Amino acid sequence: MKVLVAVKRVIDYNVKIRVKADHSDVDLTNVKMAMNPFCEIAVEEAVRLKEKGVATEVVAVTVGPKAAQEQLRTALALGADRAIHIETDARVESLAVAKLLAKVVDEEQPGLVILGKQAIDTDNNQTGQMLAALTNLPQGTFASEVVVDGDTVNVTREIDGGLQTVALTLPAIVTTDLRLNEPRYAKLPDIMKAKKKPMDVKTPADYGIEVASKVSLLKVESPAERKGGIKVASVDELIDKLKNEAKVL
Amino acid sequence: MSILVLADINDGQLASATAHVVAAAKAIGGDIDVLVAGEGVQAAAEAAAKLDGVSKVRVADNAVYAYQLAEPMGALLMELANGYTHVLASASTTGKNVLPRLAALKDVSQLSDVIGIEGADTFLRPIYAGNAIATVKSDDPLKVITVRSSAFDAVADSGSATVEAIDVVVENTQSSFVKEELAQSDRPELGGAKVVISGGRGMGNGENFKLLDGIADKLGAAVGASRAAVDAGFVPNDMQVGQTGKIVAPDLYIAVGISGAIQHLAGMKDSKVIVAINKDDEAPIFQVADYGLVGDLFDILPELESKL
Repeated sequence: MKVLVAVKRVIDYNVKIRVKADHSDVDLTNVKMAMNPFCEIAVEEAVRLKEKGVATEVVAVTVGPKAAQEQLRTALALGADRAIHIETDARVESLAVAKLLAKVVDEEQPGLVILGKQAIDTDNNQTGQMLAALTNLPQGTFASEVVVDGDTVNVTREIDGGLQTVALTLPAIVTTDLRLNEPRYAKLPDIMKAKKKPMDVKTPADYGIEVASKVSLLKVESPAERKGGIKVASVDELIDKLKNEAKVL
Repeated sequence: MSILVLADINDGQLASATAHVVAAAKAIGGDIDVLVAGEGVQAAAEAAAKLDGVSKVRVADNAVYAYQLAEPMGALLMELANGYTHVLASASTTGKNVLPRLAALKDVSQLSDVIGIEGADTFLRPIYAGNAIATVKSDDPLKVITVRSSAFDAVADSGSATVEAIDVVVENTQSSFVKEELAQSDRPELGGAKVVISGGRGMGNGENFKLLDGIADKLGAAVGASRAAVDAGFVPNDMQVGQTGKIVAPDLYIAVGISGAIQHLAGMKDSKVIVAINKDDEAPIFQVADYGLVGDLFDILPELESKL
């Protein structure tokens, strides 16, 4: 079974973001970029499926600027066999990414597609679900466990209030939650080997997909700053403040 | 404008989030219908009919909609969405699971986690873990939106909408429910609690979370956790407050042994009053806390519990 993994290049999760002075967007110039953390978990899960003999090939795909090839090389270093880069400098919304991925699914015919549940830049949490709808495949979102068994996959999902397990027919779409696995670090020899692994470069036009969206970003602002308050010296003072000043007890 | 709100159902009952989503729908304006879908959901439908501002409750009561699995729910919404200008759901794990399917099938974008309504087509939503707020305008003919319920005050329940049954039944051969393991708790649900007390890595282990339980019981609080505590395996993920967990905005939030990483702050910084208890007086959590108490939580928590 072939496994397709989608990854996204995003701002590194440790970086404190700045809003541009003209409020047009977040300023990404000279900011450290990295693979979206949920995508790292997706790559790890795909590689583990290959190590277990469930997957025969792992294909990584991304949609983004030329620099996003760095993240594909990371995926290759972590164990993906080959990569597909759909190159565009446009701001691509989840729907357009899902349409492009649907074309890749059509071409590659994977048994399983694994994506991160959300990217930490737009925080959309949409692409996997949209891909499932467009390919008319079942979805197991927010996965904390994925067990392939013959023609089905059992996905345990992190839902409000606990866990839910669903059984899906294959092929299926899975999106990862935090506890699915702990991604490994790439080793230097693997990073070197990854440079020689095949990478196809395509454009949205090659797939006949228009990436323009009907949603426009009017402005981006910093949220209202919360001011720090006071330090209290004791539990008694804390209770007093909460009762008599904040009036929340 | 004509708005369809997808109701959240918990165990056959209407979840509290739906009253908040209806409030967001009222802010957009127009006729508001609520879709109650599931199996054995009459009680939920009756509760939805009482929500202020709702004109009609549409009930799809069938085994295929049990547990609101994404595949049949997406297909059902696809059948029902015609004629509506907006489809809204809460940004719960159900709303997030189902609504993007509808959006894709309708070839429109989805706006996730909306926290403000500027007009019928313009909305505010947090990006980058809430470290920036985007104003976005949608020119799609159908607006598909998930709503952050903590950003809207619930509507009252003095209404009396009509209730109609829907006989649309879709097929689902792709997915089936296997099991659910839900945390059993008499405490309020994290998303809707007036008081939340959360523990972080400083708690040391899962056993020590019991120190929070006694305080939670006295305050009628829900118990949460930081991602660090979840990652360390102290507590299950459904307790996580943060960018990748639940977003809460209670009247009182007590952060215990939590340093205050950006991703945690994203989940709780809209709380009305924040208390931080941490032994590191440089911890970033103190920069957002109204009241900070520096000290060893293993001394402070028992004292706090006994004095409340």
